Amino acid sequence: MANRTISFKIYRYDPDRDAKPYMQELSIELDPTDRKLLDALVKLKAQDDSLAFRRSCREGVCGSDAMNINGKNGLACLTDIDSLAQPVVLRPLPGLPVIRDLIVDMTQFFKQYHSIKPYVVNNTPAPEKERLQSPEQREELNGLYECILCACCSTSCPSFWWNPDKFVGPAGLLAAYRFIADTRDEITNERLDNLEDPYRLFRCHTIMNCVDVCPKHLNPTKAIGKIKELMLSRAV
Amino acid sequence: MNIAKRNFDAVIVGAGGAGMRAAVGLAESGLKTAVISKVFPTRSHTVAAQGGVSASLGNSEPDDWRWHMYDTVKGSDWLGDQDAIEFMCKQAPEVVIELEHYGMPFDRTDDGKIYQRPFGGHISNFGEGKPVRRACAAADRTGHAMLHALYQRNVRANTQFFVEWLALDLLRAADGRVLGVIAMELESGELTLFQAKATLFATGGAGRIYHSSTNAFINTGDGLGMAARAGIPLEDMEFWQFHPTGVAGAGVLITEGVRGEGGILRNASGERFMERYAPNAKDLASRDVVSRAMVTEINEGRGCGPNRDHVLLDITHLDPNIIMTRLPGIREISIQFAGTDPIKAPIPVVPTCHYQMGGIPTNYNAEVVVHGEAVPGFYAAGECACASVHGANRLGTNSLLDLLVFGKSASQSMIEYIRRLPAAQPEIPQAEIDRTLARLARLDGQKEGADVHETRLAMQRTMQNHAGVFRFKEMLAQGVGKILAIAEDVAQIQIRDKSKVWNTARMEALELENLIEVAKATMVSANARTESRGAHVRDDAPDTPEHPDGRDDASWLKHTLWYRDGNRLEYKPVTLKPLSVDSVPLKKRAY
Ligand SMILES: Cc1cc2nc3c(=O)[nH]c(=O)nc-3n(C[C@H](O)[C@H](O)[C@H](O)COP(=O)(O)OP(=O)(O)OC[C@H]3O[C@@H](n4cnc5c(N)ncnc54)[C@H](O)[C@@H]3O)c2cc1C
Ligand code: SF4
Ligand code: SF4
Ligand code: FES
Repeated sequence: MANRTISFKIYRYDPDRDAKPYMQELSIELDPTDRKLLDALVKLKAQDDSLAFRRSCREGVCGSDAMNINGKNGLACLTDIDSLAQPVVLRPLPGLPVIRDLIVDMTQFFKQYHSIKPYVVNNTPAPEKERLQSPEQREELNGLYECILCACCSTSCPSFWWNPDKFVGPAGLLAAYRFIADTRDEITNERLDNLEDPYRLFRCHTIMNCVDVCPKHLNPTKAIGKIKELMLSRAV
Repeated sequence: MNIAKRNFDAVIVGAGGAGMRAAVGLAESGLKTAVISKVFPTRSHTVAAQGGVSASLGNSEPDDWRWHMYDTVKGSDWLGDQDAIEFMCKQAPEVVIELEHYGMPFDRTDDGKIYQRPFGGHISNFGEGKPVRRACAAADRTGHAMLHALYQRNVRANTQFFVEWLALDLLRAADGRVLGVIAMELESGELTLFQAKATLFATGGAGRIYHSSTNAFINTGDGLGMAARAGIPLEDMEFWQFHPTGVAGAGVLITEGVRGEGGILRNASGERFMERYAPNAKDLASRDVVSRAMVTEINEGRGCGPNRDHVLLDITHLDPNIIMTRLPGIREISIQFAGTDPIKAPIPVVPTCHYQMGGIPTNYNAEVVVHGEAVPGFYAAGECACASVHGANRLGTNSLLDLLVFGKSASQSMIEYIRRLPAAQPEIPQAEIDRTLARLARLDGQKEGADVHETRLAMQRTMQNHAGVFRFKEMLAQGVGKILAIAEDVAQIQIRDKSKVWNTARMEALELENLIEVAKATMVSANARTESRGAHVRDDAPDTPEHPDGRDDASWLKHTLWYRDGNRLEYKPVTLKPLSVDSVPLKKRAY
């Protein structure tokens, strides 16, 4: 890749300084080695140190740098800069309160995650060794445990936008199913009771936005479907 | 300025593996505990660990913690303290099983036990036997699985987190005891004093002192900077591990587990060159050995690519199903950052700065020790600490283990200490607080100072060129001068953004003030150590009959201690006596 200049339109808002948010036009020359949107953001920040965004691992595992990129949620560190139409329009994740620039307040998102009891509950006295689990049983956790809590999915879900306080949202429901699917967990019934509610689970209308944006290629809709199946099967 | 104050029994700075393992212990004991982290816990860098966590479970073939101990001492090139190494290897099975009980989704063997894979330097029968499968793994996402499991356990234990708070400085009483930290809430820019009976640093590594690093942006050595400013020395900072396989150009890590599963390193002519450097262990020799072999291949013109500047990691001969199930994350990383699908073509790799063996000096109880005595109220664990279990070179998968063992041991030491302590605590001296306030005021008032981005880059390039995989006498001497000059720039850095709200410019400037302390410690310590040992290899200490591999035990079997004040160095002996077994006797290291 050669040197090239990329143009941006970036959502800016610093409550300490700005009366209201605005879109700022910026451009930056990239080096041949710059591949990802995050590389460009780091360069933009070297030019204007007031541009605020979260980032850490730069390899798609920590979940820090989720943002809305040309209208679609994604991670800056996994987005190829040259795949984007210009000007690249960057906004904070939709549906959550903005703290500053591309940084949103994720309190509501984590509250929903915490609400599903995100931990294995097993009250049988632990054996001296590991609890056994067959490779097939362990396989059930694949596609679930890899979630990085980036919130790309929940903040692209219309049901979460309208009811962030009531609807658990795709990330939280994926996590709920991760614990239901774990053979070591003993409280499946309690977990299902916790979700049997017109809002917590049943606000999902299978719109699939969540699947479309997940940077880890996870499928919350499928997990939600499995929870619904379990509810039906225990009803009969 | 009016600064809020909060009181706790214990304060933990850092919510990576070490901090969160300690938090489980403290929260479950019922003590009032605060965990401060500059990022949401699951965004800590432990999340990026890939390959595994070591424990002699013997799930696939017989293993023994004594063999694990032998390998660790040998890997450390005998610089590791054998009491701490025994402590860690002996406890490994217990803490890994505990983690499984917390819900960690380990991969499984056919009989339902924790899956273990081979890793560099893991050998049976005191280094004499065959490679042994000792690395407990969850695919190639072990760190992610572990960090989430630990966070989840903390949610269950109701641990009190202060998320997106930046600790700025350690607070000490006139008699030296530690009273807590002063920290800034990023969202508001407000300061708070966290007063505690016991304070634990679990702030992780400082891999960002180098230009090319597998480490996250946030790995800026804050704990080390804070300790150094508070008069605590830093131990063995000349020892940095360069991981053999960072993606060329990007720095992103490709786990050694890839070679554990059968991956092979090849030079430009396709030769499996490790057979020449380590006839027995080959591609799974210790990391420092493999990294030096790679650099030698490249320097002698056998590198790959148009610039002959990397070698290739080949797994095209593996069953694609193994790659998809055991190494899915690696395949993704390779496609994303190298533009190659490793099922079809080899991955371009170069040795990349990865891990800091040195750190805040501690013993196996995770107490911070200066001049042979514990600093009252101060503890450290994880990559920021130097127990020292890794010595001059860490074995792969021993860091995640270190987090579990010493995170747990820290919590136990702290609980005991807190319960012994009288209720009344000394007031925090105003001078301690003023020190931090002056630093912040200087930064906010600075005009026409050095640029943060440029200064950091200058530091990183200097470290890369002057204290890399191979070290040269002249370059080290020049490096000291350069780093001290850059430190003067750091004292004058300037930010343009003065906002109170989520000011990432201020945060990066404060992080640079910590990085530079680590860079100074590294360069000064490396310049002074005139032998070769483990990851520290110098041209003027070559392999001779008198000093095999350039190691000079008569003069240098000792730990370095660097003090910020005047860049002073002291040394202390290596503990060669384990707790219960015989010492692993000194020997030349061969793989
Ligand atoms: C890519 C990669 C792969 C690895 N793979 C393996 C592996 O397979 N096996 C293995 O054993 N080791 C591995 N390692 C090494 C290992 O992952 C690390 O050494 C280890 O995770 C460090 O854990 P920690 O708890 O000490 O710190 P971290 O996980 O880095 O956490 C540090 C914490 O401190 C907090 N913090 C830091 N400064 C401040 C401050 N000023 N104020 C507030 N909070 C602060 C951060 O927010 C964070 O929560 C790998 C390392 C890398 C880089
Ligand atoms: S499928 Fe359900 S959870 Fe996913 S975006 Fe649609 S409504 Fe939301
Ligand atoms: S399911 Fe995917 S998009 Fe949603 S939080 Fe997890 S990783 Fe992010
Ligand atoms: S920076 Fe960690 S996911 Fe992008």
